[in-house]
Amino acid sequence: MFAPSLAVAGGYGLEWRVMIQLKNLSKTYSTRGVEHTALEDVSLTIEDGDIFGIIGISGAGKSTLVRCINLLEKPTSGSVVIDGIDVTAFDGRQLSDLRATIGMIFQDFNLFAQRTVLENVTFPLEIRGDDRADRERRGMELLDLVGLSAKAKQYPSQLSGGQQQRVSIARALANHPRVILCDEATSALDSLTTNSVLKLLRQINQEMGVTMVAITHEIGVVEKICNRVAVIDGSRIVEQGSAAEVLEDPRTDVTRRLLGRVRWDA
Amino acid sequence: MREFLTEYGQLLVDGTLATLAMVFISTAITYVLGVPLGVLVTVTAPGSLKPHRGLNAVLGWIVNTGRSIPFIILLVALIPVTRLIMGTSLGTAGAIVPLVVAATPFVARMVESSLAELSSGVIEAALSYGASTWQVIWKVMLRESLPSIARGASITLITLVGYSAMAGAVGAGGLGDIAIRYGYYRYQDDVMIATIVILIVLVQLIQTSGDLAARALDKRNR
Repeated sequence: MFAPSLAVAGGYGLEWRVMIQLKNLSKTYSTRGVEHTALEDVSLTIEDGDIFGIIGISGAGKSTLVRCINLLEKPTSGSVVIDGIDVTAFDGRQLSDLRATIGMIFQDFNLFAQRTVLENVTFPLEIRGDDRADRERRGMELLDLVGLSAKAKQYPSQLSGGQQQRVSIARALANHPRVILCDEATSALDSLTTNSVLKLLRQINQEMGVTMVAITHEIGVVEKICNRVAVIDGSRIVEQGSAAEVLEDPRTDVTRRLLGRVRWDA
Repeated sequence: MREFLTEYGQLLVDGTLATLAMVFISTAITYVLGVPLGVLVTVTAPGSLKPHRGLNAVLGWIVNTGRSIPFIILLVALIPVTRLIMGTSLGTAGAIVPLVVAATPFVARMVESSLAELSSGVIEAALSYGASTWQVIWKVMLRESLPSIARGASITLITLVGYSAMAGAVGAGGLGDIAIRYGYYRYQDDVMIATIVILIVLVQLIQTSGDLAARALDKRNR
């Protein structure tokens, strides 16, 4: 389906296809008459094969931003374009079909505690009505990929945090997604486990050409796997560019702070 | 003892069977009604899957009203309704209507609290894979809450054992009826004590098997 060599992040000036385009997105919540702005005029272009980091401190709006991509949050204004199609107004069946092509993984894994590891991985196929035999075959293939085929019949509570995140990555891949959204995917993991999960994500990006959008507050995630990055602060994008450039030459105070380049005594 | 059993054994066996019939039939019907009601109250709540302020308020009001009427009053007040539905207000058949009416709001609230234990992240994950509202309810909310709902079922059964004894006072039969007729009106303490012992054993059995079932169902903490 994908030619892996074309999809490697940071390639050689080949023509990139735009995968996700966010145009002037804004999101305001109103709770008991009080307006709260989560996103203000956010525009981003994410290309096919990118590992796109969105970094910011907590409360900056990154969680809302990533949820606008699969419309778990409906933007108040602006548009979401995925693979050339404006999906902002999608709902019902159309929205379900769109979401099926976008995998998502979470900080707390969000695995189904009452389902086996294999049943977790095949959940996206089950809701699309695939045969049990077909989905189990695909599920075992994916568990193999993440190195957990021996755990297929166990339950999430029997696994470590890192293993649970691997299961959720396998689940996100079940439907052959074009994009995987990572919501603080490694923030609940220790540093060794974080590295192995990040390596797995990079491997999936390189071998299957899956575009990744990773929101995080850890600059390490950007350094290790992202080719492009946007910095979000106070509901706005304050800086974006190639990860190398932004890390090398941060232009805003927030970015410098996220990079840990602060004077402690100041 | 032998004398007591020959005299009252059959009576107590019949009473126990009548109580069991009332309790289990009512519980089954109650769950058929109470689970959808609990789910509806949950998903129409603000910020849930299908928020609907009006419907949520109406359902909440119905559930609270149902729960605030003392059972003994409900029992008498419902007699015409029971006659209409069952053709009689007496016996096991007559007890089922008031028992179901009393227990349905109770079960709805219990199902609601079972569903509330579920993390919103799990529901969000299901939605992110394209699950429909119905699939989220069926394949995620109910399935993930099953052990907790099973625990609630033993509480419901035990509550209905108690209610059925009250129903016995107005002609439903069963152990409550025996306890009142023999123990209260005729001062036959031995019969009353026997019914109490049977009720204690019954409640213990229900609780124990409910706990076992919930534990067998629950895949967490293995």
